[in-house]
Amino acid sequence: MTLDTQGIGHHISRQFNRELLDLHAHVLEMGNLVSAQVRDAVRALIEADTDLAAAVIARDPDVNAMELHIDQECNLVLVRRQPAAGDLRLVFAVIKAVIDLERVGDLAKRVATTALETRGQERMASQIGHLGASVQAILGRSLDAFSRLDVDTALKVRAEDKAIDAECKAVSRQILTYMLEDARTISAGLSLVWAARSLERMGDHAKNIAEYVFYAVLGKDLRHMAAAEREAWIASRASSTP
Amino acid sequence: MVDQTDHSFSVDVASRGDIDSVQGLKAEARNLSFFYGAVQALKSVNMPVYDSRVTALIGPSGCGKSTFLRCFNRMHDLTDHTRYDGEILFHPDNVNILRKSVDPIEVRMRIGMVFQKPNPFPKSIFENVAYGLRVRGEKNRSELADRVETALRDASLWEEVSGRLDSMAFNLSGGQQQRLCIARALATGPELLLFDEPTSALDPNATANIEDLIHRLREKVTILIVTHNMQQAARVSDYTAFMYLGELIEFSDTNTVFTNPNSKQTEDYITGRYG
Repeated sequence: MTLDTQGIGHHISRQFNRELLDLHAHVLEMGNLVSAQVRDAVRALIEADTDLAAAVIARDPDVNAMELHIDQECNLVLVRRQPAAGDLRLVFAVIKAVIDLERVGDLAKRVATTALETRGQERMASQIGHLGASVQAILGRSLDAFSRLDVDTALKVRAEDKAIDAECKAVSRQILTYMLEDARTISAGLSLVWAARSLERMGDHAKNIAEYVFYAVLGKDLRHMAAAEREAWIASRASSTP
Repeated sequence: MVDQTDHSFSVDVASRGDIDSVQGLKAEARNLSFFYGAVQALKSVNMPVYDSRVTALIGPSGCGKSTFLRCFNRMHDLTDHTRYDGEILFHPDNVNILRKSVDPIEVRMRIGMVFQKPNPFPKSIFENVAYGLRVRGEKNRSELADRVETALRDASLWEEVSGRLDSMAFNLSGGQQQRLCIARALATGPELLLFDEPTSALDPNATANIEDLIHRLREKVTILIVTHNMQQAARVSDYTAFMYLGELIEFSDTNTVFTNPNSKQTEDYITGRYG
């Protein structure tokens, strides 16, 4: 199911259409800003670009302001329209997704701060490059699923998050070897382990956003579902979808 | 969606937190069709009405929800050239209340109705509530007084009118008049109460009072309510039925209907996508 079949723009009230479409568009706008923050934070870390790191930190209030603005829009839609069914689930998904995006913004700021703390350790920092690219990819895919309300893309995000968790552990082990080799790298190494952990958390938030897509489109809440039950449900859906 | 061939209505109601077992039936429509002359207003409707629960009927104007509601107390008998087909079984007797041999007056004693606009009789507050009991032949003054007080208390009106039971009902506010009509309907001890858009003529405070009352009354009496107000249906009912063009499109527990309905037609209607 996609954005068109969800029928956001098919209400009798054109104003309601516009409010929902604006809400959806503003989440994507916030998603683009957060994605840029993640991209720049990772680049600043790997390339030891302190100016870029400072720019990421300086832009974080913009992300926070967008969260407040979208929250206010959601409040107005709830009080004016009292949405039901798919519309209600979409507004609920937006409220939840915005919280996750704001946290991704905070984590990007943390990675940028690490870039300032690890200058001179570019070789060790480069270990994070692939993990950073994977996180940008999963976040992009998650936002793509949200933009099209596409459950099939959302399903792929769930699978990718597991790979990111494994990659984070591998990167942490690699950084540990540097620290074991040279005790002078311990301080920067610990910062980098925290940065890797921040990137892994970003993957979790991307997975959350994908789960909200599921809820918005199908009314099925996959969060906190036992793994066996969740997999069985996904398998049954796959077999029933033409 | 109700299976049109299955009359057992084994709807799982355990999914709601406040309902912990499968609820018994108070009434059930079976293949109910209704005709105004040649025009078919209801098309073979099968629907359960669960005991001590509130069921809301929603749908666009002309969908047949009020027609359906009025079948339950034989209101259509008062209109020429109308015809019922099918059954409405009333429990626990399992009697088909649409059968010609069933007295409509007796049906209306057991199945009360509250209308869109408050319609008190041009009588005192007391006499309005006592009316149905007098029609039944009750003459004992103390018995009448007791029953009137109980009905007014059940309708949350006693505190406001106990000192002026002899004053005219028209002196009450619109919301009080509507609660008086509910007390009048309750006085005869009905088992099922029908509400036809009971708050559409009331202000928000009076509406909140009536909705509270409906919520409390479900302990004593089964309720079937027609409403155009989606939020009201979501607030007051345990089950919701969506009707369209004389057909029952979906019947489910209210939480499901308003968060994740099974039918696209239901979703389009409750989200304002219907023309």
